[in-house]
Amino acid sequence: MIDRVPQVAAALLLPAAALLGYIFVAEWLLQRLPEGARPRLRPWIWIGPALAFVGFFLIAPAIQTIFLSLMDATSTNFVGGDNYVAILTDPNVHAAIRNNLLWWIVFFTSFVLINGLAIAVLADRVRYEGLAKSLIFLPQAISFVAAGTIWKFIYSYQPPGVEQTGTLNALVVFFGGEPQPWLTQSPTNNLFLIVVAVWAWCGFATVILSAALKGVPVELLEAARLDGASEMMVFRRIVFPLLLPTITVVATTLVIFALKAFDVVYVMTNGNFDTEVLANRMYKEMFTVRNYGRASAVAVLLLAGIVPVLVFNVRRLREQEAIR
Amino acid sequence: MNRSFFARPVAALIVLALAISACGPSPRATGSIGGSVSVLATWGGAEQESFLAMVKPFEDKTGVKVQYEGTRDLNAILTTRVQGGNPPDVAGLPGPGQMAQFATQGKLIDLGSVLDMNAMRDEYPESFLKLAQVDGKQVGIFIKAALKGPIWYNPKQFQAKGYAVPKTWDELITLSKRIADSGTTPWCIGFESAAASGWPGTDWLEDIVLRQSGPDVYDQWWQGTKKWTSPEIKKAWETWGTIIADPKMVLGGKSAMLATAFGDSGNPMFTNPPRCFLHHQASFITDFFTKANPSIKSGEDFNFFMTPDIDSRYSGAVTGAGDLFGMFKDTPQSRALMNYLTTPEAQAIWVKRGGALSPNKKVTEYPDQISSDSAKALTTAKVFRFDASDLMPEAMNAAFWKAVLDYTNDPTKLDSILTTLDQVQASSYK
Amino acid sequence: MKLSGRFGQLPVHVTIITVVLIWTIPTIATIVNSFRPPALVGTTGWWTAFAPPFAFSLENYERVLTTNNMGTSFLNSLTIVIPATLIPIAVAAFAAYAFAWMNFPLRNTLFLMVVGLIVVPLQVTLVPVLQAYQNLGLTGTFVAVWLAHTGYGLPFAIYLLRNFFGALPRDLFEAAAIDGAGMLTTFFRLVLPLSVPALASLTIFQFLWVWNDLLVALIFLGGSPDVAPLTVTVSNLVNSLGQDWQRLTAAAFISTALPLVVFLSLQRYFVRGILAGSVKG
Repeated sequence: MIDRVPQVAAALLLPAAALLGYIFVAEWLLQRLPEGARPRLRPWIWIGPALAFVGFFLIAPAIQTIFLSLMDATSTNFVGGDNYVAILTDPNVHAAIRNNLLWWIVFFTSFVLINGLAIAVLADRVRYEGLAKSLIFLPQAISFVAAGTIWKFIYSYQPPGVEQTGTLNALVVFFGGEPQPWLTQSPTNNLFLIVVAVWAWCGFATVILSAALKGVPVELLEAARLDGASEMMVFRRIVFPLLLPTITVVATTLVIFALKAFDVVYVMTNGNFDTEVLANRMYKEMFTVRNYGRASAVAVLLLAGIVPVLVFNVRRLREQEAIR
Repeated sequence: MNRSFFARPVAALIVLALAISACGPSPRATGSIGGSVSVLATWGGAEQESFLAMVKPFEDKTGVKVQYEGTRDLNAILTTRVQGGNPPDVAGLPGPGQMAQFATQGKLIDLGSVLDMNAMRDEYPESFLKLAQVDGKQVGIFIKAALKGPIWYNPKQFQAKGYAVPKTWDELITLSKRIADSGTTPWCIGFESAAASGWPGTDWLEDIVLRQSGPDVYDQWWQGTKKWTSPEIKKAWETWGTIIADPKMVLGGKSAMLATAFGDSGNPMFTNPPRCFLHHQASFITDFFTKANPSIKSGEDFNFFMTPDIDSRYSGAVTGAGDLFGMFKDTPQSRALMNYLTTPEAQAIWVKRGGALSPNKKVTEYPDQISSDSAKALTTAKVFRFDASDLMPEAMNAAFWKAVLDYTNDPTKLDSILTTLDQVQASSYK
Repeated sequence: MKLSGRFGQLPVHVTIITVVLIWTIPTIATIVNSFRPPALVGTTGWWTAFAPPFAFSLENYERVLTTNNMGTSFLNSLTIVIPATLIPIAVAAFAAYAFAWMNFPLRNTLFLMVVGLIVVPLQVTLVPVLQAYQNLGLTGTFVAVWLAHTGYGLPFAIYLLRNFFGALPRDLFEAAAIDGAGMLTTFFRLVLPLSVPALASLTIFQFLWVWNDLLVALIFLGGSPDVAPLTVTVSNLVNSLGQDWQRLTAAAFISTALPLVVFLSLQRYFVRGILAGSVKG
């Protein structure tokens, strides 16, 4: 194992050296240019690497996907809008769109956001903040391979009369109820699925919102309190507006994750019992049915779903730039 | 498919084997080569350990390092890597259906020039070889097999209650009803299997179709020329419905069937008193039984009988499945490995470790009576058919799994479920 | 004032403790089960461990820790995760700085396009990227995975950092410019130090996503033992039929250890007042 140390060290140092080298050399070269050219060139030096990366890994494949969505299953013949007609008349896709919109975008996003914000703000006021945030964060650190196993211990179902092995059903039976097969009863199984996702992602919202909260100037809060403002007022009038840009970031990210929700559904129900989502549909079309045309059309549907989110962000951006 | 599907009498083949193996050096005898060969397959855990044990003598003898990669998402990973131009040298194939797709794309290497086909023909049942052929080319080879359709029971409990092993389907139903009337549910059934949920039900239906309507209908069915709404297939679902649509027949009824992991579902047979007496599952389930119930003994606490005949015309029909291997890159190392994996010596290693049957008839040493009986049932069947759902195109297979869940959830929707399956059938066979 | 303050704190404590407890139940269930004999994990509830006969066992941990290749795959994961965290953060920081504080045509359009790319499903990128990697001879190398994780992680990283960089007060930059600080100085001496909480949270998440990734590694690196990361080795503890899943309980905690250490050690950067003193009034 010791022979691997140089490799790990190289993995650490080489990329760092390359990136620092890049920006210093580029800026040094820029200084050699006439002053007028610098502001025009400089932004491209700074965003250049990022554009190259996303161009290669995301934009090119995304454009290819749009083309493939107009081709047949094996990407050999042009079929026009056939794939879109096919998926938009597929009841499975209808169910997926409904689940994505209602259960994931509305419920998942708002649960995570509200919970994450509450924990970030409340934990800020207690001495065991670190511990509380760590415990909320913990599920993020668990891979989804293990998450399926973990939630078995909560949701598993045994017939009435048999000893329950799932926490939830054991509680239900303890209080005299009938055990329920949580994951196979539609439509509530969607709720139980998003609970898993909320559990996993709440730490994400908490950590980022907490980071933003630490940037709220204490002087402002103290001043408001001295003026006799209640804690609720301080939050509504000062903290919340200052957090709003970050809330937008977190909400946008969550909506996008909700749009392409996959892991939890794939691992726990595979879309059975009316829990289908678009990304799982795409996965099936791609690897099970092997219809690249339709898989790509579903992917394009996902891409299109982001437009309203971006429009909202345009407005937020303009506001932010207007006030600073 | 045709008559060649029927397994030929074993004895004749063994005589032939002795005659052929006497002549000429076989490519299976290989000296030191060195280098490495990459293998991608679906095995993990104990299976992975068994596979590595299986190739250990090969590595020692040839100096070839076997780079094994395992993934439960074999379908996605293999498809992507083949499509992206970076296939493994050798891979486990998800099933005959996918194998055919890779073969028609020209991705798989014809094993006719790699393996000693004469030796193969006398060591393997012809049906197993035929299943791995596409357009007359041997593009895959089975290196492991499983018997489908055993029904597991607890001999001690059967004796205590005076139950007899049923000889016909009618007797099976009579026995089930008798157990149900005594106040215990006869069957334990579970369909949950993560992304593959539903598959245990397809095994049931395959057994019923084969025994009820015979091999010809069975073949037309998986080949996509027999509709799901046809009287024969619909009848199979209804026959199955006498068990699964009756809440008194199955422990926990539909909720338990849908929510219970297939591997755990047989465990209530071993509680005291037992909560069920019968469990339909392939030969590999014994490993699940003994791991979850460390105190039970093979043969004493559990044994099996084959899903009984339904129509006496098709008496002795058996279904099975197996793990197919294919070659994506032609290198001396991958050639040597493919040859090695087909040998009885190699397969005997896994068989002895448990959890596998060998498609190679020369492997005769099994670790216990049950696996020995399973292997015998597989290789000496009068009529042998491969697991139909594995033979169907992947999209059809997945729709079949889902249909099992939908039917269990609401048996009254059978007609609409079968119509949906017909639609998938119409679009997925090309 | 003091008294009422303390009294007002009570609902805060109750809320936090309730939520934290609910959040922890699945984890507790898993920890308890990881110390139980595998045969019992699937057949009885985790809480039964606290009643006689108190059946505890280290079998799950033993099986996981003695699995071949655990040590190597841990090092493989490290070799993957460090650059795959640092590169995207650095590249994103450069870009976010430009998006927030430089003027150029199409600035907001480009920025929103990058944000929108978060939605691209990984699966559609695999085949084209793999084909390109094959031509470049990159397949199966650690570099291939570093670059891929950089590409996939960048949109979110840029989005998050641009938001934090953009929230820095304009006066700071004007003051720096008056002092004659160049772009590099402003970036390294002002922007980065003032954005430590954002950088820390980004580090945590990028680290985690890479650490827990299975798909990218399997496609671009392959799962063979000498390069397989921890996730591949862990997922292979379970057999193709899902058997031995009990081992995942122990594996989950072993593989969560390092991300937790990263989280805990970065937590001290989530402190108030980094901006204090830098803002006028």
